[in-house]
Amino acid sequence: MRAAVIVFPGSNCDRDLAVAFRAAGAEVSMVWHKDTALPEGVDIVGIPGGFSYGDYLRCGAIAANSPICREVSAHAERGGYVLGICNGFQVLTETGLLPGALLRNAGLKYICRTVGLKVVTSASDYTQGYNAGDVIDIPIAHHDGNYFANGETIARLHDEDRVAFSYTDNPNGAQADIAGILSQNRRVLGMMPHPERAADPVHGGTDGAALFRTLTQTLATA
Amino acid sequence: MKARVHVMLKNGVLDPQGEAVRHALGALGFDGVNGVRQGKVIELDLADGATEADVTEMCEKLLANTVIESYSVEMA
Repeated sequence: MRAAVIVFPGSNCDRDLAVAFRAAGAEVSMVWHKDTALPEGVDIVGIPGGFSYGDYLRCGAIAANSPICREVSAHAERGGYVLGICNGFQVLTETGLLPGALLRNAGLKYICRTVGLKVVTSASDYTQGYNAGDVIDIPIAHHDGNYFANGETIARLHDEDRVAFSYTDNPNGAQADIAGILSQNRRVLGMMPHPERAADPVHGGTDGAALFRTLTQTLATA
Repeated sequence: MKARVHVMLKNGVLDPQGEAVRHALGALGFDGVNGVRQGKVIELDLADGATEADVTEMCEKLLANTVIESYSVEMA
């Protein structure tokens, strides 16, 4: 299974994400934002957390218009997998690969702590290692994680079982407590919490490891 | 030639920053401020011949996120 992790100026979770993919058995290459092609045979693209382009204009807006993001969109349109975490989720909403937007946290504060996340659906290659209803402990670290979409979109996400994770105690004002959502084909996942920061015993928790493990196993046998 | 783009959060989208400014104004004794909405102004210095339609396209593609923001263009 081959993963590519995109590195923007200001990304700061790129190596953590690569470590989590490698630990799960993936072969990982790092891809610079100015590159105009993804490596041959990539199964999944990881868009890491951080502050791409200094969060100028809007979080993820400049990254979403970078040359490599056109390739990421094309990869997703071909049915490829894309995992966007934190700033990566913001980039995915800015590209339009996922609906909605991430607004400033309702309490205005940057929040950095471990939160309870409910696995809302196990019906995806990302969440199949959990049971729907499981509550897992995963860190968040963001200033703009307040998920917003219009009522119609929120209803559609629920109807199509596309809410992957929700907060057990909403930290940021996100609508319907949404922490992570899937694309219609369930191959693009965007989430504000950081599973790559809870993937090794030295992190203080390993609740995020199952996401990488099952994803890697599924894609390796696909 | 210049253009000025005003970007605002849409009505109905919570603006926590505007709300914080409203609180701060109240704390300074400015009573009677019922609401504050904070947006941004982007000034563009354009080559001759650029049209309002060009700026509108810039807004749609980059300057505003129309999921949450509305914009208006002023050509000067």
